[in-house]
Amino acid sequence: MRIVVAMSGGVDSSVAAGLLVEQGHDVIGLSMQLYDHSGGESFGSCCTLDDLYDARRVADAIGIPHYIMNFERQFQETVVSNFVREYAAGRTPLPCAHCNSDLKFATLLDRARGLDAERVATGHYARVDRSPEGHWLLRRSTDPEKDQSYFLASLTQAQLARASFPVGGLSKTHVRAHAHRLGLQVADKADSQEICFVPDGDYASFVSRHEPAVTRAGSIVNGHGHALGTHSGVHRFTVGQRKGLGLSGPSPLYVLKIEAESGRVTVGPRAALERTTLTASGLNWIAGDAPRDWQPASAQIRHRHAAAPGQVRATASDGAEFVFEEPQFAVAPGQAVVFYNGDLVIGGGWID
Amino acid sequence: MPDRVSPVARIYLDHNATTPLHPAVADRMVAALAQDFGNPSSLHHFGQRAKAVVDQARSAVAALIGADASEIIFTSGGTESDNLAIRGAWEALERTPRRHLISSAIEHEAVLNTLKALAKRGAETALLPVGDEGIVSPDALRAALRDDTALVSVMHANNEIGTVQPIAELSQIARERGALVHADAVQSAGKIPVNVKVLGVDMLSISAHKFYGPKGIGAIWIRRGLRLLPTLTGGKQERGRRAGTENVPGIVGMGVAAEIALAKMAEESARVATLRDRLEAGILAAVSGTVLNGARVPRVSNTTNISFDRVEAESLLIALDLDGIAVSTGSACSSGTLEPSHVLKAMGFPAHRTQNSIRFSLGASNTQADVDRVIAVLPEIVEKLRHLTRTPVRA
Repeated sequence: MRIVVAMSGGVDSSVAAGLLVEQGHDVIGLSMQLYDHSGGESFGSCCTLDDLYDARRVADAIGIPHYIMNFERQFQETVVSNFVREYAAGRTPLPCAHCNSDLKFATLLDRARGLDAERVATGHYARVDRSPEGHWLLRRSTDPEKDQSYFLASLTQAQLARASFPVGGLSKTHVRAHAHRLGLQVADKADSQEICFVPDGDYASFVSRHEPAVTRAGSIVNGHGHALGTHSGVHRFTVGQRKGLGLSGPSPLYVLKIEAESGRVTVGPRAALERTTLTASGLNWIAGDAPRDWQPASAQIRHRHAAAPGQVRATASDGAEFVFEEPQFAVAPGQAVVFYNGDLVIGGGWID
Repeated sequence: MPDRVSPVARIYLDHNATTPLHPAVADRMVAALAQDFGNPSSLHHFGQRAKAVVDQARSAVAALIGADASEIIFTSGGTESDNLAIRGAWEALERTPRRHLISSAIEHEAVLNTLKALAKRGAETALLPVGDEGIVSPDALRAALRDDTALVSVMHANNEIGTVQPIAELSQIARERGALVHADAVQSAGKIPVNVKVLGVDMLSISAHKFYGPKGIGAIWIRRGLRLLPTLTGGKQERGRRAGTENVPGIVGMGVAAEIALAKMAEESARVATLRDRLEAGILAAVSGTVLNGARVPRVSNTTNISFDRVEAESLLIALDLDGIAVSTGSACSSGTLEPSHVLKAMGFPAHRTQNSIRFSLGASNTQADVDRVIAVLPEIVEKLRHLTRTPVRA
């Protein structure tokens, strides 16, 4: 079938494209241009001119056409503005999840369908399969270190039906081996670690550039409401953060709560970070219907977090609540919470 | 990379971007590469031989534009010629009061960005507006000219919409105020008659790869006696106007291409015009929500620029390419994606027209069968793309 591969110039999407070609598919390579390259310098850690060059060279090596589509406006509207808004509201956003559900498997998927492609493939480490009843399921990748299902839990049935993750069943080592076998120059290219559009990882500067109003001073208080210091913008903080508070004391202090309206950041000892429950909204139940009764599941609340066991239940409209068996640290509003049953994604939502 | 579409099945409609080598050009260049390898500046037999073929080419290029061979300077292409004309004139007038440069809003980036660069060095620049026809008005030039205008640079034919500018009239107006006149004739040379005397200009740029010659070679015609500061300094080649060992094979190719273009111009122009008119009428009739951009006349014979309502030009371009049809639009940016056309913007069109435009530019290889195939497949492709923007996967 005709498949569009979203090519970032990295080794994972490159190998994904190569494998699909070997499987006999009619593959089209497409790179998304997300920001203006006219300045010439590297914008972030991904999708720079150099990355586009790499994608082009890979496309030529495996014998597929390669196009670049300009998604600057859509990227601003869906990913960047959400990112800025969330930080300004004292929440910790997850832009990669929005990019997947609102750009790669939305705008890009629409464009792909316009080109008669049936699917969009990416280099994500995740797996999609189908239940006997024809229901689309999302699973973790076989490589637990690289699993990116956490970022894909917002995908709907319509989107999963048209998604393809060719490297989801492979280990990273295996993927690099394929890249060498295919003769791809990106075989040993380093993985991008940062959020792709934030140069040098300086989120605070990025946010304040886009929304100057966030640099409103506020106070840092302890659990009793006593002021301990001041700060220059709630966007600089995330729940569970220890560094950068500008405070000194006998024991380490962590961000417990961020109140954007008042500009108040509450800090406390690590023990105060413990939470045994969380609620979420904007739930996307993938594996089946929303669970009306408590059912066992594990919840992952950060990219680098081992999903913790507990019980999940759907709440009114599109919400959920989860009770952890063991207390968890740094449950950050705005982050995604994804519920798993083993390697199967039950559903995902946004932490309140 | 193996061609997934049979090469025979591909239809090339992007001749304004570039043209394939005419077989006679290729043959002559191969011979020159092997045999005429000498440095034209060398005294000996090999140098003389190389110099001779360069001179032959120079005459052929001069004939193409009604000029004298001694006034032809070879460059690396249209961009270098534009740079030499504009920078060279400005710098030559550096110690005079003439600091003002006039051009048009629809020029090629080689002109526009050169003006921007000079503006950073103190030049005052003005861009003449155009209306929805895409033609510069002589009155606009009259109004913009100042006593300190050094140079007026207006393209002969626009690369995106094909409209021909009233250069002769503009030249006369500029001269009356003592300004120099440069015309970028990159898109007109080889397609329509170009005569430097008729146009009344002081400098003219042309580029070989637009008329079935090789890439990397162009020329600038400079009126005898006109002082320009060279942009490439070094040896004394090209009468001291453009240093560097001459690109002999390129020059030879350009000469042959110029000769062929001149000989076939009337006949080919008429043939292509018929095809272009057929394509244009066919698309406008078969596809709803289409509109022609720019005046129908005066226009070069091979170009039609059409906007497609409710379709992203980018998607249309790719869909057509996957079907073996090569067209283009707007201008490319450094990464290879598209930017909205500054030409259409200058004509006053809104975003949905500037971002939805496709340029079809025909040439020697195109036949009526090509045109009819494009007319046949376009409606379905457009409809499919329009349908999908109405029913997105995720609202």
